Amino acid sequence: MVDVRSGIGEALPPPEVEDVELYHPHSWWTRYVFSQDAKIIAIQYATTAIAIGMVALVLSWLMRLQLGFPGTFDFIDADAYYQFITMHGMIMVIYLLTALFLGGFGNYLIPLMVGARDMVFPYANMLSYWIYLLAVLVLVASFFAPGGPTGAGWTLYPPQAVLSGTPGGKDWGIILMLSSLIIFIIGFTMGGLNYVVTVLQGRARGMTLMRLPLTVWGIFTATVMALLAFPALFVACVMMLFDRLLGTSFFMPAIVEMGEQLQHGGGSPILFQHLFWFFGHPEVYIVALPAFGIVSDLISTHARKNIFGYRMMVWAIVIIGGLSFIVWAHHMYVSGMNPYFGFFFATTTLIIAVPTAIKVYNWVLTLWRGNIHLTLPMLFALGFIVTFVNGGLTGLFLGNVVVDVPLSDTMFVVAHFHMVMGVAPIMVIFGAIYHWYPKITGRMLNEALGQIHFWVTFIGAYLIFFPMHYVGLVGVPRRYYELGEMAFVQESVHTLNAFISVMALIVGAAQIVFLFNLVWSLRRGREAGGNPWRATTLEWQTPETPPPHGNWGKDLPVVYRWAYDYSVPGAPEDFIPQNQPTPSRVGHEAVS
Amino acid sequence: MSAPIKTPAAETLSRPAGLAGLASDWASDQRTFKNVSWGKAMMWIFLLSDTFVFGCFLLAYMAARMSTTVPWPNPSEVFALEIAGTHMPLILIAIMTFVLISSSGTMAMAVNCGYRRDRRKTAILMLVTALFGATFVGMQAFEWSKLIAEGVRPWGNPWGAAQFGSSFFMITGFHGTHVTIGVIFLLIVARKVWRGDFDTERRGFFTSRKGHYEIVEITGLYWHFVDLVWVFIFAFFYLW
Repeated sequence: MVDVRSGIGEALPPPEVEDVELYHPHSWWTRYVFSQDAKIIAIQYATTAIAIGMVALVLSWLMRLQLGFPGTFDFIDADAYYQFITMHGMIMVIYLLTALFLGGFGNYLIPLMVGARDMVFPYANMLSYWIYLLAVLVLVASFFAPGGPTGAGWTLYPPQAVLSGTPGGKDWGIILMLSSLIIFIIGFTMGGLNYVVTVLQGRARGMTLMRLPLTVWGIFTATVMALLAFPALFVACVMMLFDRLLGTSFFMPAIVEMGEQLQHGGGSPILFQHLFWFFGHPEVYIVALPAFGIVSDLISTHARKNIFGYRMMVWAIVIIGGLSFIVWAHHMYVSGMNPYFGFFFATTTLIIAVPTAIKVYNWVLTLWRGNIHLTLPMLFALGFIVTFVNGGLTGLFLGNVVVDVPLSDTMFVVAHFHMVMGVAPIMVIFGAIYHWYPKITGRMLNEALGQIHFWVTFIGAYLIFFPMHYVGLVGVPRRYYELGEMAFVQESVHTLNAFISVMALIVGAAQIVFLFNLVWSLRRGREAGGNPWRATTLEWQTPETPPPHGNWGKDLPVVYRWAYDYSVPGAPEDFIPQNQPTPSRVGHEAVS
Repeated sequence: MSAPIKTPAAETLSRPAGLAGLASDWASDQRTFKNVSWGKAMMWIFLLSDTFVFGCFLLAYMAARMSTTVPWPNPSEVFALEIAGTHMPLILIAIMTFVLISSSGTMAMAVNCGYRRDRRKTAILMLVTALFGATFVGMQAFEWSKLIAEGVRPWGNPWGAAQFGSSFFMITGFHGTHVTIGVIFLLIVARKVWRGDFDTERRGFFTSRKGHYEIVEITGLYWHFVDLVWVFIFAFFYLW
């Protein structure tokens, strides 16, 4: 299992590829703005994603204000509420999480972790960011367009998405939304091809696939999935755009709107749902797999112990990635598709629990008797494990058809997916930022502010989403602007809603502490040095911190071992970097 | 599979044949696909992604066609032409298909000449390929205008299901866009070949990377893909 053999007995094979020549920027513009350096692009991606994510955060505040204190805020009418919901969901899932994990962490970490100088196509990589920025701007433009952004819900189900009852349906909202998604997919494809080819073809000498840090495995698999899943969303967006603009009837059945028979007829709304969820379900894992990978590395590094069952972890990632393409219709149990499909999709859905559980067990077993340092990245990693298990358990409820039907479209679903693909991956993002910020800037983030950030976020997230499960179980539907006088809604629901809203405001405010920390530590943070966490992976072994253009100086690194040589018995230190040959006696013992 | 690995130092490393070779490639360092350049790997992966795009388009069209309750117009009749007094079903489509498949032939010849560093022939063959491609797009434009003149619109047509027109315009339009991009791509690469960029290893304008004749093959991969997709569109849209 422990891959440390090469470099001891057997000679390293000669290099197969020449060192690459990099594009040399000559001006400030090509160095820092239109940069072809993956690390700059990563920071650009991350900054844009976080900025638009803050918009989505404010939108969630506004939604919670309405739900917690209905009728108090005049400026939130039903239309505005649906617009907040839609934009919050879409921004968080696509423009924040996908862009930040793949465009942000992918760009920064892949070349460094595989020992490359840069991505394989730096120019396409740069275009990828600028096209992403364009997609974000088109999305933002919809806030200022006549009629405002679309209020169709993040799933954009037709026919309602393009009808006049829905905000933005007959205005610019839906058009800008669909265009923005199409632009995003084009931009992502350029970046995605880069990440995949860099991992497959651009590794350092000695860096085999089975020596890659799990972070790279997670991002790589997620990118492959994204390249195969986004086409379905692309097609769905193009077709719906035609339905809206050209009057085609791909998704539009014969329909009466405001007492008037529309020109549409013969289209299938279910077809959209299939296309959307063929993208939408893999999307969950496009967000989750990088989180799985990153959290494995955080746990191993901060518990000073090798990851338990590395190979199993890799195969679990790959199997989850594969399975996630055949479970999409578990989002459609109540859509009216053939009931027999439910049986198939429930089965595949529950099978995914097996590799996922393997991963959770392996994380726990990595912690078991480890030398756990309760650093900020470790705290967030622990927060992730707990949150992910919670969200996963409610996933078992929703994956079973008979249990799902009564829970469909209740707040239980909202609580479930916020736990599993909202809070859990965000925890990893925070942990990862606390972990890699020293490499990116050369300075540590402030510990005290980080502790406040963690505890408020972690406890707050539970105070928000645990009561929400209960609210859902008693049958409160989601996507309702206000509950009004419904007989089945107990008084306690209203109290809880107010409580949840206050918590949401507090947790949101804690993120401002985090943003402040990011800016403050840039100048005033403690000097980090090259490898503050005493980690093994290549990005911590760069000659300079932050790594310059080209990453490695004159000579590319050569890899002799896997990424998890922590606390090796007999080694002089409790970690052995991946690029360190093994002259000591340790290696020989390990081999025999 | 088992071609030896070439290193920059002009050494050749042997590797096992067959399945063992496959396993050793995936277990090796540096590159998973030995002797495959970055550009070629990227094109293959892009084409895989693009396959999913066309696959979704075609599946959506098939779902619409199978679930429609009104008659689907008969493609053999819709796409028939009256030539010299003879009624010929699908004749234009047959010619278009022939042209596109011929262009794949000239493309393959261009790739061959490219690797033999025959600058002149490569450029000419690529231009011929581009010309075939442009002819295809031209005939498609003719087909579109004929149907539009007969009253086919994205939202309806005189003969039956409205999805006929919408699927037709969407799928052939998307394919035609691919062919057009391919033609532009071919012209750009042909110009570089003609100018001798790949003999002098002239650097790209944006990327500052040296050019190689391999770009001819990468262009070819894209071109053959567009051709292959057409075969599926032909089978599923016109022949069904």
